[in-house]
Amino acid sequence: MGSFLEIFDIYLLEAVLNGILLGGVLALLALGLNLIFGVIDVTWICYAELVMIGMYGMYYLVQYYGLSYYAAAPLAILLVAALGALLHFLVIAPLLSSPPINQLLATGGVLFVLQSFATVAFGIDFRNLGIRLPILTLGDMHLSYSRLLAFGAALIGMIVVYLFMTRTFTGTAIRAIAQDRQIMALMGVDAKKIYVVTSALGGALAGLAACLLVLQYDVHPFVGLSFGPITFLICVLGGLGNFVGGFVAAFLFAEIISLGGLFSDLEWGYVLAFAFFIVMMFVRPAGLLARRS
Amino acid sequence: MSLRQYMPWIAGAALVALPFVYRDPYHLHILILILIWSFAYTSWAVMGRFGLVSLGHGGFMGVGAYVTVLLWNHFGLTPWLGIPAALLCSGALAMVVAYPCFRFRITGHYFALVTLALSGIVLQVITATRDHTGGSLGYTPERTKGNHILALQFDDKVVWYLIALGVWVGGLLIWRWIDRSMSRYAMEAISEDEDAAAAAGVNVTAEKLRITVISALMTALAGALYGQYQMFISPDTVSGIGISLQMVFAAVVGGIYVAFGPTVGAIITILLAEALRIGFGTKAVGWDNLVYGVLLVVFIIFLPKGILGSLLASIKTPSKRQNG
Repeated sequence: MGSFLEIFDIYLLEAVLNGILLGGVLALLALGLNLIFGVIDVTWICYAELVMIGMYGMYYLVQYYGLSYYAAAPLAILLVAALGALLHFLVIAPLLSSPPINQLLATGGVLFVLQSFATVAFGIDFRNLGIRLPILTLGDMHLSYSRLLAFGAALIGMIVVYLFMTRTFTGTAIRAIAQDRQIMALMGVDAKKIYVVTSALGGALAGLAACLLVLQYDVHPFVGLSFGPITFLICVLGGLGNFVGGFVAAFLFAEIISLGGLFSDLEWGYVLAFAFFIVMMFVRPAGLLARRS
Repeated sequence: MSLRQYMPWIAGAALVALPFVYRDPYHLHILILILIWSFAYTSWAVMGRFGLVSLGHGGFMGVGAYVTVLLWNHFGLTPWLGIPAALLCSGALAMVVAYPCFRFRITGHYFALVTLALSGIVLQVITATRDHTGGSLGYTPERTKGNHILALQFDDKVVWYLIALGVWVGGLLIWRWIDRSMSRYAMEAISEDEDAAAAAGVNVTAEKLRITVISALMTALAGALYGQYQMFISPDTVSGIGISLQMVFAAVVGGIYVAFGPTVGAIITILLAEALRIGFGTKAVGWDNLVYGVLLVVFIIFLPKGILGSLLASIKTPSKRQNG
């Protein structure tokens, strides 16, 4: 019995650590979506599909054009950033004054477009980079190196965004717009320009997430569905537009999925996470860190 | 009685008579699909028209289809009892999720995302319990060796056509009943301003809950019928986020504020998918959704009332369009 417990604890610790590593990438995804919501007041239902396009970008850059991973990553990030700005320009800008539900549905339409575009252009085969990073053995635990890299890069990305938001003029303007969009126009800030910059920044975060996810998962047109819903739930759980809340919620979710997967199938980890989300909506409808009114 | 009052009866008689005059199996199959999906889209629009945008209807549909088939395969319970049981499950699910939502004023974006979680849960549960439900590979109701009526399995497409027609008309009647009830005014007031409606004496939670449960029951029925007709269900065809978005999309394209809007949406989307499928053959994979998606975005930007809604509006106020 004693030895059983020992092995069990190692697995438990490994699951906890893997959960933390998974949480880093989820937090990065949630940050991008929260940024868009906080500043433009729009939910991009198609956010995970932007990530999918970024993953395909990485795949083609590395496999067909023979670029190294580190050379391809900035290009893929730029690509998705441009896509984010384009999405804002074509779809969101004409809908800025219509009901929020219409904006939600329009980005739902973009989800269909991106998914089927990928199906038509790239086919439905599963593809991967063919890069296999070593697995780190720490005592009796096995941690994948790609997850560590993803976690580290996600943390650095988040710190860079934080510095950008607090230390630069544009970042300050973005935060100001999020607080009061009417007044800022009177203060001489071009709201339209800020929206495009924010969309590009949100896209860039999706691109960074794509570069990290492509190391761990195969790309296919429907890959967005496997982490898209989770990202929305994290944002809502943390409070839409609440950066710190999203960060905390991402790690909570990742732990639930990882630990749930330890005791049963991975799907049950997701079911648990979803159920936890619904329960939390009733306990704290405005988000984890919201003050009770 | 004027011609206008006879119109529904004439149209109804023509629709009932159709399969006896014209019985091309492929065209009948398309018609049956259109009727079943029209009913499903109508049930989404019953609540969608009041600004209650649910992305959880894929979940309700999945419950309707899977509970009916599971009861039949595992316990031999006839769908005549299985479907009411499935409706009960779906209604209970709607209550459990929607009551706290409405009680704690979860609206707009938040409501859409909570219901999105619901369809995610249903999909994952179906996949996770693959020992009983077949998981993502899909599931088939066992062919009956005895009574076809008891098993609700018919080889004759005409029977299915008449069943689907009846259910579709039932959906329209429910729409009309809500349209003419006090609930409609209450719900319209709520969608404008919940606090003002509550101050005016509307029981906000109860009204929203009633509409949601009606909508969920109808959607589950659509799912059960679809399963019985196709004799094959899989998480991708009756459940999940894809189906939820498909419902929203078709209803919006047709128009969610008029009774026939979702039907028009179903006709357009299904004919489009079939035309692309035949036109492109196996190369069409993805093309139909690509066209759908572009249409959806264009519609929401330029025609938020949908095709039929915009058409009716322009007929009613032609001068406004000319001046504008």
